[in-house]
Amino acid sequence: MTNALRIHPQDNVVTVLHDLEPDSTIDLGDGALSEPVAVREAIPFGHKVAIRAIAPGEHVVKYGASIGVAVADIRPGDHVHLHNLRSVRGAAR
Amino acid sequence: MTNETTFQGFRRPDGRAGVRNLVAVIPSCGCALHAARLIASAVPGAALIDYAGGCGETEDDTALALQLLSQLGRHPNVVGSLVVSLGCETLNAGELAARIGQGWAPVELLVIQQIGGTRRTVDRGTLLARQMLDAAAGQRREPCPVSDLIVGLECGGSDATSGLAANPAMGAFSDLMVADGAKVILAETSELVGAEHILAERAANTDVAERLLRTVAECEAFLKATGEDFLGKQPSPGNQRGGLTTVEEKALGDVLKGGTTPVVDVLRYGEPPTVPGLSFMDTPGNDLASVTGLAAAGSHVVVFTTGRGNPMGNALAPVIKVTGNAHTYARMGDDMDIDASGIIRAEETFADVGRRIRALSLEVASGRQTAAEALGHVEFALIRLGPVY
Repeated sequence: MTNALRIHPQDNVVTVLHDLEPDSTIDLGDGALSEPVAVREAIPFGHKVAIRAIAPGEHVVKYGASIGVAVADIRPGDHVHLHNLRSVRGAAR
Repeated sequence: MTNETTFQGFRRPDGRAGVRNLVAVIPSCGCALHAARLIASAVPGAALIDYAGGCGETEDDTALALQLLSQLGRHPNVVGSLVVSLGCETLNAGELAARIGQGWAPVELLVIQQIGGTRRTVDRGTLLARQMLDAAAGQRREPCPVSDLIVGLECGGSDATSGLAANPAMGAFSDLMVADGAKVILAETSELVGAEHILAERAANTDVAERLLRTVAECEAFLKATGEDFLGKQPSPGNQRGGLTTVEEKALGDVLKGGTTPVVDVLRYGEPPTVPGLSFMDTPGNDLASVTGLAAAGSHVVVFTTGRGNPMGNALAPVIKVTGNAHTYARMGDDMDIDASGIIRAEETFADVGRRIRALSLEVASGRQTAAEALGHVEFALIRLGPVY
C-alpha cells in the first residue's frame, strides 16, 4: 500500500503519508524504486526519508530542487531532518 | 463541468465580467466604520470594506489606502459604492468618491458630520444601497469566457499537507486557468524567500526575472532592517515538527501554488494584472493583507489553501478554501470548500484535484456561494508602511 510520495522524479527523498514503523518498506505506489528501501527508524507523517545514499555536501532534492545540503552520511531509509540536512539559503545570511 | 470554458457572469458596461452584484460600503476612516457596518448589515448584497485607518498615519499609508479603496470601489463584482466619511479625517473622502466615480458604477458620498449623525447616515445609506442593488437586479448572467477571470492564489495556516497536496493541486489548477487565458496572481513575497530562483527561472523575460528577484530582495532587506531575523525563524518550530527542515523546502512547497507556467509580470501591492497568464504580486504573508491586495487588483475569486484551517473570506472576491488535511476537513468542514486529502491517501492526483478546483471556481464564478460567503466573512487589512500616531 502506498505510504510515501515522491513529488518529483529527481527527488532523492520522499515524504511519508502516514506514521511509519521501523523496517516498513517504502511504497510509492508506482513500483518506481528499483531497490526496496526500508525505513531505519520510526518516521512521523510528513517527514522525509532518503531513497538514495546522499554524501555530506551533496544536495538533498525535493520538489526537483535543492532544499539544502547533507551534513552527515545519509543512507537509503534514513530519516532526513534537522540532524543531517542544513539550509544553504538560511545559513548564507 | 470540468471541460467548461465559460462561466455565467455579469457583463459590465466597461467590458469586464463580474461574478457578484455587490454594493461596496467603504468607510474613509475608522470613525465612520461603525455606520458603514450598520448599513452593510441592514442590506443583503451590501459588502463592508472593514477599513479602520484614514487618520493619524503617514502620508504614504493614507495614499496607499486611497488607491486601494478606490480600486475596491471599481471592483468588477461591485455595482455601486457608498463612501462613508466622518468629515474631518485625513484621507480625502471626496477624492476617494471621485476616483471610484471614474468607473462605470454609481458612487455616493455620505458625510456623517454633515448629514447629522450615525442614525441619519445609516438610514440614508441603507436607502441608497437598496436603490443601487435594485438598479442592477434586472441584469442577467450570461456566458463569459474563462479568459475574463482574474484569480488570486493564497495560502495560510499551512501544515505538512500544504506542500504535499493542496498547494501542488492549486498549481495544477493555475496551469489549467492559464491555459484558458485567465489572469492568475501568485502572491506572498515573504513566503517566496528561498525559492525565488525557481520562480525567476520561469520568468517570461529578463525584466520580469530582475523585478521578481528585486522584490524578494527588498522584502528580505526590509524585514532585516526591522531587526527581525526572518530567515533564522524559518521554518517555524511547528513547521519543523511537521517535517519541514529548511527555508528552501518551505518556500518550494509554497511556490508550487503557481503551477508551472511562465511568470509574465510582477505587480505592486494591489496592482491590477494586464497580461494573461501567471503574475506575481508583492504582498505580505499576512493572509488578510495579502487577500485584500488580490481583491483590490480585481480578483473575481481567490483560491486559498490551508492545512490547519483558516476561515477567512473577503467582502468582494469569493474565497474558495482547499485543504489537504482530512482532519481539518472533518472538524472545520463549515469553513472548507474542497477536500484535497485524497492526495495524501494516494487516492487522487494533483491533476485530479486541480480539475475539481477549476470546476468549483467556475461554479462559484457563476453564482454558487463559498463557505466563507455563507458565513459572512469579510476580513480586510492593508499593509502598513509607517506607524499609527
